[in-house]
Formats: sequence, structure tokens, C-alpha cells
Amino acid sequence: MAKHLFACLLLALSAVLAVALTPAQAKEAVPVATDPALEARVMALSAELRCLVCQNQTIADSHADLAVDLRNQIRTMLSQGQSTDQVRDYMTQRYGDFVLYKPPFKATTALLWVGPPLLMLVALVALFLTLRARQRARPEAFDPDTPDDDPAR
Amino acid sequence: MNRFLWPLVGFLVLVVFLGVGLKLNPREVPSPLIGKPAPAFNAPLLAEPGKTVTRESLLGKPWVLNVWASWCAPCRDEHPYWVAFAPKSPVPIYGLNYKDQPAAAQKWLQQLGNPYAQSLMDADGRIGIDYGVYGVPETFVIDAQGVVRFKHVGPITPEVLRDKIEPLLKQLNG
Repeated sequence: MAKHLFACLLLALSAVLAVALTPAQAKEAVPVATDPALEARVMALSAELRCLVCQNQTIADSHADLAVDLRNQIRTMLSQGQSTDQVRDYMTQRYGDFVLYKPPFKATTALLWVGPPLLMLVALVALFLTLRARQRARPEAFDPDTPDDDPAR
Repeated sequence: MNRFLWPLVGFLVLVVFLGVGLKLNPREVPSPLIGKPAPAFNAPLLAEPGKTVTRESLLGKPWVLNVWASWCAPCRDEHPYWVAFAPKSPVPIYGLNYKDQPAAAQKWLQQLGNPYAQSLMDADGRIGIDYGVYGVPETFVIDAQGVVRFKHVGPITPEVLRDKIEPLLKQLNG
């Protein structure tokens, strides 16, 4: 009988605890939109925006206050039916192209976009010219083999 | 000769690029707001929360907007410079109290001095987002037409005040 009473007490206590703890947990969970599809769009978009407080993180990754605010802003704008481009424009109007991890192609970003392919092209041309020059070189241009070069002998 | 010259040229180009890169400050993000109208706002005053100030009500005279908060340590560093500058400033300095508790903010001003004509409250940081604020303190200079002319991120130094802000204010006022 006493054992039974104890079990009842324990049950009641856990019920009270559950009720007491629920509001705290619910408060934590508020920023996540109830709509998973919307939340996926929010996270996808914030993953391509730079957090300006900790610059090597995206807004999606960062726990900085500003990143949380901006995620909320993105969520609000998307839930109002605004497009991702409108959100991107909103961010660049305030923070500049720097917030975009994928900057637009402009005069100021031309070197950024064209630079690497250009370097690659230069390297390939250099490689081609060198190889062709070697191919056309007469055998005398190379050092003749000496017996010392061949360890097998 | 040629064989050694080209790698050397490549190396020198790399050195120049890296040297320039070292001099750049990645924390200084050029504001897209420079030369554009300052974003509109309607903010309650820290001193009198019942009253509000709008961007429109400040048109006609250049002014300085200094974003600060009592929780912000670098704000404490730059604050004495503002307190010293305020009496001789040719234009009013407005504070934007960013994501702060009004009581803490008022206590801060009482302890450290109040250089601001008024401090506007931005409790939820919305005005901050509109102004592209990402690192408090930040300072803006806005001209009589309401156009942003200058922005400084981080604590100001006497040099920035003397060499950049003061000449600009004199030019705008004159």
C-alpha cells in the first residue's frame, strides 16, 4: 500500500515538473517556424549570407545576436510572401555585397570571378609552350646519359 | 636567365598582392549607405520615451549618429572622446541606444557624461538593421538633405575625429 502511494506521489511530482518545465522549452523553440518548409527556406537562404559579426560564419551557423535577428527578419519576410531575391536585396541594401557568399558579377568583382580561370589559362598555355619547345628541341639540347645515371649497370 | 626570371616575376606579383591584402582591414565593410538617403525611423527618446524623433524632423541640418549601448565595452573606450568633442561640435550628436535596457543606458550616461543632443532608443535593433549596424559602436555623419556622408565602424579615435569627422562637419555646415 505504501509502495503504491509512493508511486502515485512520484507520478504527481513528475506531472508537476513537466508542466513547470514546458513553458521554458516552448519559449526556446519559438524562433523556429512552425512550418518546416518555410524553415527549410529560411535556413537555405541564411546559409548563403555572411554574418558580419563573425565573418567566416554564415547567418545560419552563427549564434551572434545580429545573426539571430537577421534570421528572424528573413523568416518574417518569407512568411509575408516575399521572394528570396527580395530578401537578398534587402540584405545587400543594408550590408553591401559583402554579405553574399556568392557575390554578383560586377566591375568591382570581375577580378574575383575571372582571376582564377585566367590564372589557370596562363598556366596551361605556359605548360603547352614548354612541352612543345621540349618536343621540338634537338637531342643535343639535352644532357647525354652518362653511365652513372643508370644504377642497374 | 629566362628560366629564373619568370618564377621571380610571379613571386613578386604574389608578394604585392599579399602585401596589399595585409594592409586591408576585413572588419571594415564599405557601407552601401554612403551617398544614399539615411533610412527612415521613428524612435522614442531615451530621456522621454513618450516623445519620438523621426529622420524627417532632423532634416535641414547636418548631424552625427553614434550607435552605442551600455553593454558594449568599446563604446566605453570611445565615449570620453565624444564627451570632449560635444561642446565644440558644430552639429548636434544624436545617440542611437542599440538593444539596451533604458535604465542601464541612463545610468551609463549619468556616470560617463552625456555628449548627445538626444539618445534615440532602438530596443529591438530594427533601426540598427536598417542602418547596416553590425559592430557597435558605429558612427554616421548625415548631411542637411538626410544623405549619409560618412560611416565609421568601431570605436572612434581622436585621429578619426580630427582628420575625418571634424573637417567633414565643417564642410557640411559651411
